[in-house]
Amino acid sequence: MGETVLKVENVTMQFGGVVAVDNLNLEVNRGEIVSLIGPNGAGKTTAFNVITGVYPPTNGCVSFNGKVIVENFPKGKMKKIYMGDPVAVRSQTVQPTPDKITRLGIARTFQNIRLFKSQTVFENILIAEHMRRTSNLLTATLHLNGEEERRMRTEADELLHILELDDVRDEMATSLPYGKQRRLEIARALATKPSLLLLDEPAAGMNPQETDELTAFIGRIRDDFKLTIFMIEHHMDLVMEISDRIYVLDFGRLISQGTPDVVQNDPRVISAYLGVQEDE
Amino acid sequence: MKKNTEIMINVLLIALLLAVLFILERTIPSTSMLFTVLKKGAIYALVAVSMNLLNGFTGLFSLGQAGFMLVGAYTYGILTIPVDQRPNVYMYFEGGIVQFALHPVIAILLAGVAAGIFAYLIGLPVLRLKSDYLAIATLGFAEIIRAFFQWDKLGPLTNGSNLLRSYPSYKSVLFYFIFSGICIALIVMLINSTYGRAFKAIRDDEVAAEAMGINLAHHKRIAFVVSSYFAGVSGALLAMYQTSIQASMFKSAMTYEILLIVVIGGIGSVTGSCISSFLFIILSEWVLRFLDNTTYIGSFQVPLLRSGFRKVVFSVIIMVIVLFFRQGIMGTREFSVSALLGKKKKAKGGEQ
Repeated sequence: MGETVLKVENVTMQFGGVVAVDNLNLEVNRGEIVSLIGPNGAGKTTAFNVITGVYPPTNGCVSFNGKVIVENFPKGKMKKIYMGDPVAVRSQTVQPTPDKITRLGIARTFQNIRLFKSQTVFENILIAEHMRRTSNLLTATLHLNGEEERRMRTEADELLHILELDDVRDEMATSLPYGKQRRLEIARALATKPSLLLLDEPAAGMNPQETDELTAFIGRIRDDFKLTIFMIEHHMDLVMEISDRIYVLDFGRLISQGTPDVVQNDPRVISAYLGVQEDE
Repeated sequence: MKKNTEIMINVLLIALLLAVLFILERTIPSTSMLFTVLKKGAIYALVAVSMNLLNGFTGLFSLGQAGFMLVGAYTYGILTIPVDQRPNVYMYFEGGIVQFALHPVIAILLAGVAAGIFAYLIGLPVLRLKSDYLAIATLGFAEIIRAFFQWDKLGPLTNGSNLLRSYPSYKSVLFYFIFSGICIALIVMLINSTYGRAFKAIRDDEVAAEAMGINLAHHKRIAFVVSSYFAGVSGALLAMYQTSIQASMFKSAMTYEILLIVVIGGIGSVTGSCISSFLFIILSEWVLRFLDNTTYIGSFQVPLLRSGFRKVVFSVIIMVIVLFFRQGIMGTREFSVSALLGKKKKAKGGEQ
């Protein structure tokens, strides 16, 4: 087991009176593929949104490569109505915007595809190069950054080539078939050169064949790009085949964790998914 | 190679346009309506493109353009009125407090800077808002700017609600074309740069843009300030063209006119904004003028033609456009010579 890349400690996310995620603790180690599963509404995407800075958590701390990137504690009105786990309440606030977290090396995809609709496949990839620019507004406007611009374009083209998307390079992103749109979204996330990739239901809406392709694809990019992958997924075939470890969330709480075999046979997981049989 | 010929063709066309304008100026009396229309068209093209940068390319629905034009126009006026004219202009404020005059071109550039500074300050609170709320807030701020410049206490600087006049102005239509042409070219270059790509990403999907490492607040602010800078410049040009200005000119109706130009031209098309700007000015200032005049054919008075009817016709045109031609003239496409030639080729191929 390698060193810990992502560490989530005591994260609680409360919206008004609803506790979406309650005292979540998890770790993702370098080179692993870790899955987060759970029934609908269990708080999986909320957990992702906390990690990527979309929501500041109500309480808790997220660290990346040993450095705290998100931290918060209940304050103001939330202090009175806080219903999460009262232990381990933090005392610091670190609230970066999502773009800062991306620049640290955490990229993500979205549950419902969010491609840049009016732009081509190539332009979708090219946008990720913007955050590594060295030009400022003036030099970029006057096109004095020719060398940088060329580098951006070659890098984007290289990535398209590696991910076998170069045959659709100049097509509009939304004109692609669904499976390719998913793949493009992952490609776009990879263009930010992350070390940790968060995939939010990458196989949602895919047929079995597309899912198989995706499984191979995820395994391949993990090796090729030396990635750590943390994903939310509902397709159990995909999850069980590819994951090194699995975390199971239900009603915002972690109910089980471990290798696919352990999780598969955990009675708590089975009851969360299928419901507990009640005696009459 | 192909790109180079395209640039050559464009340069030649621009040179041709300027040459034609030059010859026209020598042959047609300068009081001709044609020049009025061309000058105003060039100015409105610039402000429409600057609005398109915000609304069409960054997806920020802002309605503050008239306010920033006002800042530009006033800055130009205040900085350029010759010192010996100032007692006349500022007759109620003992000649005002500014006692120097700058070169007009420098003043125009500073007019943009002043508008940009206003935009930066307004942007701090306003750019947190989205869509309609942003539109309402910017519209409100534009009105506040107008009221602010008419404020009596600021009289020594802005001449209160009185006219600013007697400042120098270029009469040649060439000046307006070249100046606003350069500004529009700069905006186009910005749109085609890596920053322009970031703007378009924000327009398409803010959440995804942020996940791509684009700092939303920073880039929205850049788009807002740059757009306002050029609105300020066009305000200064407008001041120059009109030879006297007053804050009450820059009402929200002016913003709507510009918005109309942008919508007619196609939201997200620079050339569309330019074309529709001239179209709009030609129609409203020239062709449709007759609608406002009571006309007699013999002793028969043509019905409906009276002062204000032009506005009615215009409203109908707007409704037709919004209902049936939502894409405007160009949609998000750009007009270019090669595309025109390409289309012709295709058409020919179809005939064979």
